[in-house]
Amino acid sequence: MAKLLIRGGRVLDPAGEVNEDADVLIEDGVIGAVGQGLEARGAEVLDATGCWVAPGFVDCHTHLREPGQEYKEDLGSGGRAAVAGGFTSVTCMANTDPVNDDPSVTEYILNRAKTDSPAKVYPIAAATMGLAGRVMTEMVALHEAGAVAFSDDGKTISDAGIMRRVLEYSTLVGVPVVVHAEDCTLRGDGVVNEGPISTKLGLPGNPCLAEDILVARDLMLTKLTGARLHVAHISSAGAVDLVRRAREEGLSVTAEVTPHHLTLTDEATLGYDTNTKMAPPLRSRADVEACRKALVEGVIDVIATDHAPHAVHEKEVEFTAAPPGILGFETAYSVCMDLVRAGELAPLELIRRMSTSACEIMRIPGGSLAVGLPGDVVILDPERRWTYDPAKGYSKSRNSPWAGHEFTGRVTATVVDGRLVYHSDRGVLVP
Amino acid sequence: MLGKDLLGIEDLARPEIELILDTAQRMTEIGTREVKKVPTLRGRTIVNLFFEASTRTQTSFEIAGKRLAADVVNFSALSSSLSKNESILDTAKTLDAMDPDCVIVRHRVAGVPKRIADVLTAPVINAGDGAHEHPSQALLDMLTVFQQKDRLDGLTVAIIGDISHSRVARSNIYGFGKMGAEVRVAGPPTMLPADVETLGVKAYTSLREALDGADVVMALRIQLERLDGAIFPSLREYSATFGLDRSKLRYAKDDAIVMHPGPVNRGVELSHDLADHRPSVILDQVRNGVALRMALLYLIAGRQVREAKGKD
Repeated sequence: MAKLLIRGGRVLDPAGEVNEDADVLIEDGVIGAVGQGLEARGAEVLDATGCWVAPGFVDCHTHLREPGQEYKEDLGSGGRAAVAGGFTSVTCMANTDPVNDDPSVTEYILNRAKTDSPAKVYPIAAATMGLAGRVMTEMVALHEAGAVAFSDDGKTISDAGIMRRVLEYSTLVGVPVVVHAEDCTLRGDGVVNEGPISTKLGLPGNPCLAEDILVARDLMLTKLTGARLHVAHISSAGAVDLVRRAREEGLSVTAEVTPHHLTLTDEATLGYDTNTKMAPPLRSRADVEACRKALVEGVIDVIATDHAPHAVHEKEVEFTAAPPGILGFETAYSVCMDLVRAGELAPLELIRRMSTSACEIMRIPGGSLAVGLPGDVVILDPERRWTYDPAKGYSKSRNSPWAGHEFTGRVTATVVDGRLVYHSDRGVLVP
Repeated sequence: MLGKDLLGIEDLARPEIELILDTAQRMTEIGTREVKKVPTLRGRTIVNLFFEASTRTQTSFEIAGKRLAADVVNFSALSSSLSKNESILDTAKTLDAMDPDCVIVRHRVAGVPKRIADVLTAPVINAGDGAHEHPSQALLDMLTVFQQKDRLDGLTVAIIGDISHSRVARSNIYGFGKMGAEVRVAGPPTMLPADVETLGVKAYTSLREALDGADVVMALRIQLERLDGAIFPSLREYSATFGLDRSKLRYAKDDAIVMHPGPVNRGVELSHDLADHRPSVILDQVRNGVALRMALLYLIAGRQVREAKGKD
């Protein structure tokens, strides 16, 4: 019987509202016991003194690039980067090549992930065929194949009539439709947040309004259809307000925010570094403050990284030509510790928003240390200082605005189904 | 004084602008000689790295380099690097390995000269990047105004046209502002960038109000392809509302001068008459462009020459 004892840490389990010094025993891949002074006999022991012990992080917005763009990332490298960042489960977006709009692609991803990825992978299927925004995907079949949600992500469905039908039909399977809210006509060729910074840079601006208007549209369609809407990477104060009001009204809407939209403003783009180019763009200080406040209040449910690997040669081009997006897994916890240190988010609440909430929204296992549940655990050292070097990370790509940044707070170890898959001193251990 | 590169007027302090303008003023004399050449930069290699076609600016830099006896090489990267799937940084590093003494960069996208400067050992002069900056243009504009008005401090400069898409506007806003002038911008609201006042200007949508009391009126070139982006309805309407002619110029000071970075869309930004005759100073701008760029090359590409001499 395989046993792993995580000893001497502070257990943070949002699902059980646990916040106390305790040991965690994992037996045969599932949580066996949580309590003080647990018996170590026969168990591999992980010392967690001074550390937090929490349910493994769960990322509900990532791009793992397989099949089709393996030069950026694949399920193996993405999975290794995930566990190195403390993530034990991730969902992956459908913009692969071929697009995940067919059960065979969903199955391919699941099968490859099983052998290649140390993190558990849950595919999000496309909402429309080829992400073209015209013909709906076979949601029932895709759901049966393992898709946990539907999204055209960056290819926002611009036709409101199609979006209405997608939301209506999705109620057949009852899973969320994830929207990347951006009105592409208002965005135009905008690449940075419209405002003083875009004017100064001389780069085309992408206004908050492009996000707000689409969020407003989809909230109204959600009200009409009774579907479950999940707003991806919310970034503007206006969109946050709309979601807040919709929740007060009782709509079934959830929202996520990325670590970068919580901590970086559009001023980060002043050096034209294409690793500060994302969609939606980094916003103003006021927008960042609104997102942080909404996350603390629970108007935004969850932190998702939007892990978006792109090869060096793709990013080393003109700002307008570079693909948007940055790596997320390996810096997420360290970046988000900013909210804890600022006194805005208690440690338990950070864990809730990086783990438990994503499981609730996507209805996938994890996010809890309750006895009998999968032994997916992360150990975090909130005081450990380290310097991030993407070249030494596990992703195949290096596109991060935090290259060379010194962080306080680091993932010490990651356990999936009771198996130690990452340790900060020894690296990723499997497969 | 002066960093390694010249990427924008935003980075310059007033004494640096004054140094460049003083040096340029001294350079103007060389262009009047029968033999228009001095040996100052002999043996130096200057590369014109133009990713966007610009015959005027490129020629101006080339003549400036040749008048200082430098070897000027034109590297046109309009299609070659894209077709070979070579990144701009690869192109730049390749050039750098040939040890040029200065690289002049023009690109249609803002920020490219900065990214190139970050990886190059040779100094970089920005010859215009997207809607960001065009520092040599603003400096030659300031030189031209100084020659006409004997000062920059306290002048009122009105810049008219598509401010959103204009690097000339941004560089002049910074430059004239740093030199103590009041800068105004005017155009239809669709041509004024978001929060333009944060650049330190007053924004107008009325030509008449913008011109009221102006010493300098600068018209910007209208890009005809902008019709597609729905930022103005027609050349006729633009010309009627924001095009300059002698009757509209009466709103400005009696001795106001008219400038244009060229090439002029005649009958659009400026009437034929204004394009060719005083108070427009368009050809002075072009003439000063050579002297100003000689000054930049002397101050930037000639740095090692002067430093070596200093050591002797």
